[in-house]
Amino acid sequence: MDKPFAITLDPGSSLANLTGSWRTRKPVYLDRLPPCNNACPAGENIQGWLFHAEAGNYEQAWRTLTENNPLPAIMGRVCYHPCETACNRGQLDDAVGINSVERFLGDEAIKCGWQFDKPATSSGKKVLVVGAGPSGLSAAYHLARMGHKVEIQEAGPMAGGMMRFGIPKYRLPREVLDAEVQRILDLGVTLRLNTKVANIEQSMKEGGFDAAFLAVGAHIGKRTYIPAGDATKILDAVSVLRSMEGEDKPMLGRRVVVYGGGNTAIDVARSVKRMGAEPIIVYRRTRDKAPAHDFEIEEALQEGVMIKWLSTIKQAGEGEITVEKMQLDEKGFPQPTGEFETLAADSVVLALGQDVDLSLLEGVSGLEIKDGTVQVGPNMMTGHDGIFAGGDMVPSERTVTVGVGHGKKAARHIDAWLRGTVYESAPKHEIATFDKLNLWYYSDAPKTVRPMLDIIRRQSSFDEVQGGLDESNALFEARRCLSCGNCFECDNCYGVCPDNAVIKLGPGRRFEFNYDYCKGCGICVSECPCGAIKMVAEDI
Amino acid sequence: MTFQPIKFYQTGTFTVGNRLLTPEQRSVQSHLDRSNAINSGHRACQGCGEALGARYAIDAAMEATNSQLIAVNATGCLEVFTTPYPETSWQLPWMHSLFGNAAAVATGVAAAMKVKGRSEVRVVAQGGDGGTTDIGFGCLSGMFERNDDVLYICYDNEAYMNTGVQRSSATPPAARTATTMSVGPEPGNVFGQGKFLPAIAMAHEIPYVATATVADLRDLEAKVKRAMEFRGARYIHILVPCPLGWGTASHDSIRIARLAHETGVFPVFEAEYGVQVSALPIRKQLPVEEYLKPQKRFAHLFGAKPKVEVIARLQARADRNISRYGLLQKEVA
Repeated sequence: MDKPFAITLDPGSSLANLTGSWRTRKPVYLDRLPPCNNACPAGENIQGWLFHAEAGNYEQAWRTLTENNPLPAIMGRVCYHPCETACNRGQLDDAVGINSVERFLGDEAIKCGWQFDKPATSSGKKVLVVGAGPSGLSAAYHLARMGHKVEIQEAGPMAGGMMRFGIPKYRLPREVLDAEVQRILDLGVTLRLNTKVANIEQSMKEGGFDAAFLAVGAHIGKRTYIPAGDATKILDAVSVLRSMEGEDKPMLGRRVVVYGGGNTAIDVARSVKRMGAEPIIVYRRTRDKAPAHDFEIEEALQEGVMIKWLSTIKQAGEGEITVEKMQLDEKGFPQPTGEFETLAADSVVLALGQDVDLSLLEGVSGLEIKDGTVQVGPNMMTGHDGIFAGGDMVPSERTVTVGVGHGKKAARHIDAWLRGTVYESAPKHEIATFDKLNLWYYSDAPKTVRPMLDIIRRQSSFDEVQGGLDESNALFEARRCLSCGNCFECDNCYGVCPDNAVIKLGPGRRFEFNYDYCKGCGICVSECPCGAIKMVAEDI
Repeated sequence: MTFQPIKFYQTGTFTVGNRLLTPEQRSVQSHLDRSNAINSGHRACQGCGEALGARYAIDAAMEATNSQLIAVNATGCLEVFTTPYPETSWQLPWMHSLFGNAAAVATGVAAAMKVKGRSEVRVVAQGGDGGTTDIGFGCLSGMFERNDDVLYICYDNEAYMNTGVQRSSATPPAARTATTMSVGPEPGNVFGQGKFLPAIAMAHEIPYVATATVADLRDLEAKVKRAMEFRGARYIHILVPCPLGWGTASHDSIRIARLAHETGVFPVFEAEYGVQVSALPIRKQLPVEEYLKPQKRFAHLFGAKPKVEVIARLQARADRNISRYGLLQKEVA
């Protein structure tokens, strides 16, 4: 008996009381798929690279970004950023300027000379990539990083495909394109220019290639029949844009009619404007029905491009064309009205879409061609074993980003095919929808607007129209990310647990639950800003 | 205002911690080595606001005093759920005597420390609203009036929850409790009674009086730290939602406290020597219904025929708080 007066029990800690047994539901950490990542055609881990950019660790951000897309400086200029359309922050104030941060990282990489890590091992396999456009470059990059020997054969005199011969300089300066192409070649990829593949099977056999990825794009301008006199100059948009790259600029005259309502039509009109001519776009439907992105139409109008909506070209004569006014029927299709007018025109440029040059596939067995495009399976392989295809030559939305995505996807399947296995993509996480967020924890932060070139220089030079962000506002913009569905280590769960049942594992290692004491109240789930915890039923 | 604004965006002016902040800018609760004053295994209900508020406050006080702290506890939930003899969750010297005498016992502890020359040891007394505003009020007022060197913290969950949700003088009008049933012509607690103790504490002109909620951790911690910079009687009144007594979901405890502040139902401010020196501004003002609706103790105000005139009276009380304490201004002079 050595206890003090009236004391019968030794003091004990409440740790003996395992309150976890009260629980009927328990919290679990999870990573949800952020809507931006889900929307990206190139499969970028946007939230993932913004996470590093937020900390000012731009090189790590760039490395995370380029795991999926080797062309961030290009993408940050020409991508139509479906990620920003999907961004949850758009429902709060304005979407995060993902595209502008991407461009900042891409430009920073060029400035600092960051290079890709070389593959650790070599597979001994050879892959032929046909076409040095976005899809071909992307496939070559991924295949090279997987350790395969890659050769790109390109019919044109320079690499880049539509990024060089389709997208005008004022949207994509060529130094940027050259730098990002060179970085891929520095991985050990061979590029053979002016090498048109006439017969794919023969080229593969001659070069000893184990597999091929075709990405020749679609660059044969579609024609339409326009009754025209001999003196009328009718050209197609792709050739016009291509000739902008050469020494001899196209001779189009002063009044240039561009026929079509897509982004290519806008690109032609804006380029022509910069050469001192007066472009008029003629399109048979209305602005809201035009396939061109509205911001491009808006920028073209700002620069003084004229657009005649609801009009078709009936006839082209010397120095003038006749257009017929249209009206939309109840189904939204344009119908002729019988009203005509005459427009002065020195030339007509047709921007009516593009077809694929399929000549290299002649005689290849097992291929399926439909509507002028090559059909591929979910693994991007054509009907012929070992020949894969992607980009504009397969059925898809024809954008640079989709092309890059195809290149990555094909590379994964080619790699698996070369190893005699099948590539299985990881199952998608559930989407981090807006309702999963606790917005109270995010303070207000308006979007940073990128500077625009002044209008006079936009009308007279091919200087880049949209400026970039600098370090301070790129950091601000990155920090606007809500980190939807992915823990950003804000310590909220660790702080708000009334039972100390959250264990903090230290920087970069996140948290775990101590289920011995977690009572299952769910406060951590409610107070998690980004929706990275959920409640699940407990087995009782 | 003692709250230090932090200029980060996504990364959290309002979150507990933040990987992008320097360690000294982070909250006490975000630290791996926080004192965890109330350890795991305590017997509070799921989602207990008081367990959370008490850990927030005492951890901050431990940090501010370099862990030289003695706590005195009134009877109440906090005492019962942390310390069923012989077990305890407290990780600091802690003492419990009676329901109503926590302030007086704390005064004695402070006097003893003074006699022993241990001026670095600080004393905190704590209790629920019953032990503070009703039963312990005489002792507390005496402690204030003598300006004894004690920080008294009241965790206000607006009724006697430990004994089965009976009305206290901190129970708001119209709230249903076991003793103010939602029956009869004027169901729930009556209007025109009860007291708001922070205002009474201010009337004593003691060095420091503050209110806080469990919904704004950084504000709460800043106030505890500020209180520890004074010698003499100090009082902090923390609103701590009670899922059991208020009839709210256990995961909503912080959200309800946030709504109490954002609607103006509970004013968050601080005062020195009887004069208000700051108010925590409402970020986005909401009507009181937003606060009342999720709580079953106010369920009788809604349903098929909402009692609009009662809700209007509660809104008028919130509006009076907003104008009296300047809750819509950035800062009070």
